[in-house]
Amino acid sequence: MEQTWKQAKAAFAAIAVPPLAWLLLFFLVPMAVVWVYTFGENSGPTTIDFAGTFSNYTRALEPLFLEIFAKSVVIAGITTLMCLVIGFPVALAIAFASPKAKAWLLLLIMLPFWTNLLIRTFALIAVLREQGYVNFTLEWLWNNASGFMTLVGLQPLGEYEPLTLLYNNFAVIVGLVYVHLPFMVLPLYSALDRMDRSLMEASLDLGAGHLKTILLVVVPLAAPGIASGILITFIPALGSYLTPDLLGGTDSQMIANVIERQFKRANDWPFGAALSFLLMYLTFIAIALQALVQRRSDRRS
Amino acid sequence: MAKGKYLQGASRRSLLKQFGAGALAISFSGGLAACGRGGGGPTVNVHNWATYTGETTNDDFREATGTRVNYTNFASNDELFAQFRAGNQGYDVIVPSNEYVTRMSQAQMLQPLDKTLIPNAANILPEFQDAGFDPGRVYSMPYTWLCIGIGYRKSKMPSPDFVPNSWRYLLDSPQFSQRIAVLGESADLIRLAAKYKGHSINGIPEAMLSEIEQMLIRQKPHIKQFHSDTGQDLLASGEVDIVMEYNGDIAQAILEDDDLAWTFASEGSMQNQDCLCIPVGAPNVEAAHAYINYVLDGAPGAGIAEYIQYATPNRAARDLMPDSYKNNPIVYPPPVEMAKLEYGAFEGDEVSRRYEEIFTRISAA
Repeated sequence: MEQTWKQAKAAFAAIAVPPLAWLLLFFLVPMAVVWVYTFGENSGPTTIDFAGTFSNYTRALEPLFLEIFAKSVVIAGITTLMCLVIGFPVALAIAFASPKAKAWLLLLIMLPFWTNLLIRTFALIAVLREQGYVNFTLEWLWNNASGFMTLVGLQPLGEYEPLTLLYNNFAVIVGLVYVHLPFMVLPLYSALDRMDRSLMEASLDLGAGHLKTILLVVVPLAAPGIASGILITFIPALGSYLTPDLLGGTDSQMIANVIERQFKRANDWPFGAALSFLLMYLTFIAIALQALVQRRSDRRS
Repeated sequence: MAKGKYLQGASRRSLLKQFGAGALAISFSGGLAACGRGGGGPTVNVHNWATYTGETTNDDFREATGTRVNYTNFASNDELFAQFRAGNQGYDVIVPSNEYVTRMSQAQMLQPLDKTLIPNAANILPEFQDAGFDPGRVYSMPYTWLCIGIGYRKSKMPSPDFVPNSWRYLLDSPQFSQRIAVLGESADLIRLAAKYKGHSINGIPEAMLSEIEQMLIRQKPHIKQFHSDTGQDLLASGEVDIVMEYNGDIAQAILEDDDLAWTFASEGSMQNQDCLCIPVGAPNVEAAHAYINYVLDGAPGAGIAEYIQYATPNRAARDLMPDSYKNNPIVYPPPVEMAKLEYGAFEGDEVSRRYEEIFTRISAA
């Protein structure tokens, strides 16, 4: 028999109050302060007047910043899509692995989290740069192929030209996919793992192929997991600033880089706050969409 | 200052040395934790760039005065300023750069120094005794100074004796397309572009700002990265062949790779000065003065200069240094180049915001 919280108010309060107090004190209150800043005005080098003005939002909605928002959405969107395409087969494989292998595979997925993001990003620089491991490997293959061609009497391939893999948008997306992949795999795995296997067996028995079963049975059943995976990949990717800063080129500015500079060099906290909250409103919209998907799938089952 | 920004202080010193120094810092702070809390005694809280002091400076200070040094780091002037917006968290000595001495003093974050407690100020070279950014040296004492120039890889130049001694190669020419990295700090970039166009780095008129914006948007496809003070690493790893960077960083890189070289830009450049200041609300003002006085003394100053390899404005310290340091033309530019250096002045928040927006537009273009 399921108990509602009303039957054990004291126990519920004991468990719920500390995290709620934490949330209120260290999240909602600071957020409220920043939200108030969005309507403020700089009145001196370190002082902000609460002016009740919308000028920060008006400025944040100028085409310049909207374009940067749009670009950030596109980069985060590509990242999320790549994570989904790569993460879904991985999650499927883990869900169908033997219990012992499952534990190891999940550990492998989570292992990168034990290393600081900054260190992982610097490691990626060492992998991708012109004097990096990818180019070393390609150069080795190139030289061997070249040697082989001279051996069989063909023209050698010539000097190896290292690929430019770093300091462009490609590098930013590689970095973001690398960092965010676990965020996608874990919710997908938990959705796939919970799934009723007999439905898949029924689909296969009734003549659908493997691909058809995955597309028509597994994917719809895993829709809530996919939606939450997309959400928790997309939101942090949208607000990332370290990756574009370190791996990006002159064309890789994302909105969080602009926000960071408002709080530092520009010393314009109200405007930085307004940009941050625009990002936040976008996040709310994304969460609302996800809730919608969730509700629709709940209704269906 | 990204590596400055992310790995603290590498902006001010080479990464390689930093790791050695990092190990030192860990053992050092471990030692402090062991004997600090229980031992009591007075403390001075010094907030400086990482690895920006001598190897034994803080220990020596404790031995000389009995005051323990609690040495903490900040990574950029912007970060320092943002920290102090929320009030002084208990720092006694901080080391902002010239422009930020003005900015912080205008924001009432700094307190006037008591010169009677700093007799070693007499050691400061005449040209550093006064400063435009702090007239009369009310708030600041010079600690080190540095300037921006051009680092390049000799073997990648069109001819062996080619010297790219103009900002043109970085800011207004496709010659080294995609082999260029420039500082990604809005004010530095815009000011040096103005210098290239023959203007002072200060008081840039509106018309020139839009010209600069157009020029940099045109140049952007040829630039590989707006680096955050990691130019020496980009150059050393062969990622680019020519960078805009601080002299000390390139001097360090040259020690490790003799294919690298340094040149001043013929149009002139920007000079920076890191200064010792006492913030408002410092818990131990007397010890702060004692610390400033101590590092302006000859031997401690030389210990610092020897370790961090930046130019010292302290004559007594400089006299104690070996010739290889005193005569290094990268660390100490020849007079003809010195004459073309300018300090970037703090021109108000509006100008900073204007530069920031221009940089945002260039990056978004």
